[in-house]
Amino acid sequence: MARIDVLELLSPGILASLQDTGRLGFGRIGVAPSGAADSYACRVGNLLAGNLENAASIEITLMGFQARFRSEAAFVLTGADLQATLNGQPLHLWTVWRAAPGDVLDLPAPASGCRAYLAVGGGFHCPAVMGSRATNIGSGFGGYEGRALQAGDILQGHDPQDYLHRDGRSLPDTLKAVPTSDGVLRVLPGPQEDQFPVASREQFYETTYTVSGSSDRTGVRLEGPPIAKAPGAPDSILSEGILCGAIQVPGDGKPIILMNETVTGGYRKIAVVIAADLPLLGQVAPGDTVRFRKTVLAEARKLLQGVEAAVDWVRGHFAG
Amino acid sequence: MQPEIRHMGDRGLLVELGAGIDPAVNRRVQQLHQILARENLFGVVETVPAYNSLLVVYDPLRAAPEALERQIRGLCHFDDIGHPEQPPGVVEIPVVYGGESGPDLDDVAAFHGLTRGDVVRLHSGTVYRVYMIGFTPGFPYMGELPQALDTPRRETPRTRIPKGSVAIAQRQTGIYPVVSPGGWQIIGRTPVELFDPRQDKPSLLGMGDEVRFIPMTAEEAAQWPG
Repeated sequence: MARIDVLELLSPGILASLQDTGRLGFGRIGVAPSGAADSYACRVGNLLAGNLENAASIEITLMGFQARFRSEAAFVLTGADLQATLNGQPLHLWTVWRAAPGDVLDLPAPASGCRAYLAVGGGFHCPAVMGSRATNIGSGFGGYEGRALQAGDILQGHDPQDYLHRDGRSLPDTLKAVPTSDGVLRVLPGPQEDQFPVASREQFYETTYTVSGSSDRTGVRLEGPPIAKAPGAPDSILSEGILCGAIQVPGDGKPIILMNETVTGGYRKIAVVIAADLPLLGQVAPGDTVRFRKTVLAEARKLLQGVEAAVDWVRGHFAG
Repeated sequence: MQPEIRHMGDRGLLVELGAGIDPAVNRRVQQLHQILARENLFGVVETVPAYNSLLVVYDPLRAAPEALERQIRGLCHFDDIGHPEQPPGVVEIPVVYGGESGPDLDDVAAFHGLTRGDVVRLHSGTVYRVYMIGFTPGFPYMGELPQALDTPRRETPRTRIPKGSVAIAQRQTGIYPVVSPGGWQIIGRTPVELFDPRQDKPSLLGMGDEVRFIPMTAEEAAQWPG
């Protein structure tokens, strides 16, 4: 495969990094999965562009991203609506566009959602580290030199000219995941739910939380009335393995929804976001409100089957 | 021994094999971790061992949690299996204690009414067990620190702890493999690389390893290869 310069970063905005579907299997040595916070948008964007679904995409956060194409390329934006334009012309999401050398892509500010994904036909070049192209920013490996993207970085692509014919392909409306700013996340009881007083649990499900500005890829921090622990119970528990979507309650009583950059934790988990709603969790932005609705394993499984059926359809329909 | 098994959402089963920081409990966790790695149960994505628990992560479209739970219970016969596979020998980790390498050494000594030398002798005079790796890639949670060094965490965590910092908190000791925030008391620093993602074995240490710290001078550390 020939590698050529495909994109030059002019501004990364708040945070831009190369991500894929994540680095699994290394939790025993403390390595978190990393990967796209909205895996649905990341996978579907790659499939539309003609890539394998676990190819590297650029995860773009909230605002201020700007880049210039260095070669002809087919590209797709999925996930959050950050009011993207190419040379000032508005771009639809979930659609394959064609760029020429010198074209400037802008993602200035969010209309809805938190993270957009940019895939190019042929994929961005990025060596896999421990089986994944995802950037582990905290420990400095994977992705582009193990770090977030910076102005002046030049990303290479694999034979982008071979994918130009995909221009114009678009996802049916029913398969576009539309992030809301008033999200309901479906959850199952956490492993330590029984260690919270009944009144605390009821309060958790009745509260509309506001997403704090200090939220990041590590966790979504929530503002609301503090959740009381059982009288006399210590603030923390023994550290144990955790999963993305686990909602922990630290000593100050303000819940934190853990995301993909953490592998162990030492606080009680009152609830856990179901797998089908993790893409939505990745689109929760500071200032949004979030509520929690309890579900059951059977429904969680049915909802996840729905997500995977959508990805299967995209894989089949846009192959070749 | 019947474990307590709790659900972690629709993707995890948290298998608890006892309570507290206890080598016997932790050895059971290590054994179950090794058994599950061997059995390679359908739908299990990975297992994350900790002090007293093993998180079994599964793909909910491949494995049903009820069946998986039954399979795991059927594998919890520790007495028949004997001791977990042990690594050979004790891993020796050189440490520069105190000074700018260990900014909290004086405070720790003062807190216990000991000299700096006492703290170094106590910390380096014990063989520690690696109970788990967590927090950041390659960070070993080790114990048990001598009772005489049982020290609370710092009231205000630091936002930036240098790579290689050797630290203590309560009856535990650990090493920060990369620059990170943290609230433990920093008593020294090692030039040894704890985590290198380019290696076949990225983490120097694994659960169940035994570790001893060897005092070294700043001059020796400056000569350290790599």
